Amino acid sequence: MPRVHDRGGWPGAGPIDKAEHEPSMWEKRTDALLVLLTSPEKRVMRVDELRRAIESLEPRAYETMSYYERWITAIEALMIEKGILTHEEIDARVKELNERGR
Amino acid sequence: MSGADSARPRFKRGDAVRVRAAEKPGHIRTPWYIQGKTGAVEKVHGAFRNPESLAYGGDGLPKPCLYLVRFAHADVWKPAGRASRDAILVDVYEHWLEPA
Repeated sequence: MPRVHDRGGWPGAGPIDKAEHEPSMWEKRTDALLVLLTSPEKRVMRVDELRRAIESLEPRAYETMSYYERWITAIEALMIEKGILTHEEIDARVKELNERGR
Repeated sequence: MSGADSARPRFKRGDAVRVRAAEKPGHIRTPWYIQGKTGAVEKVHGAFRNPESLAYGGDGLPKPCLYLVRFAHADVWKPAGRASRDAILVDVYEHWLEPA
């Protein structure tokens, strides 16, 4: 039985949604963040690690997240795994940004 | 991991190959729908770092050889309905292939 990301030929999966949409600013930033983290100069992580982290999402989360939501969730997990950031640091920064946005 | 010698590809263009069917945990680049299927080497891409190691922070060495493998549509998707002359082309690393 294939895992959730290994979807080629899943019965009843239905047609592929080929609709185009303009990426939002946070999606562009997520893309840029990965390019930076995987660049030969930085090499903080590899795209293979991103794929592994995405594949490790809970199947339910995988199914409900958008493409870049999977990316940013995987990047966060890898930064914590590598000891570069902690949960607490990320939560504190999110809180700070939320308060600034009010 | 077979530790394929990257300098000497085991297969050449036209060779019949079967994809191993393995319940291998972790990150792999071999989709399930070609596992156990037989195809033919279309192209020898050359040696690349092993993604199964890179995915966990490894160096991906030694570099296994990567092949473009051609499968007949009808061999992969059995209930194709009608005869299809389409082919499915997939990149597969050498340690996933055996002679067929």
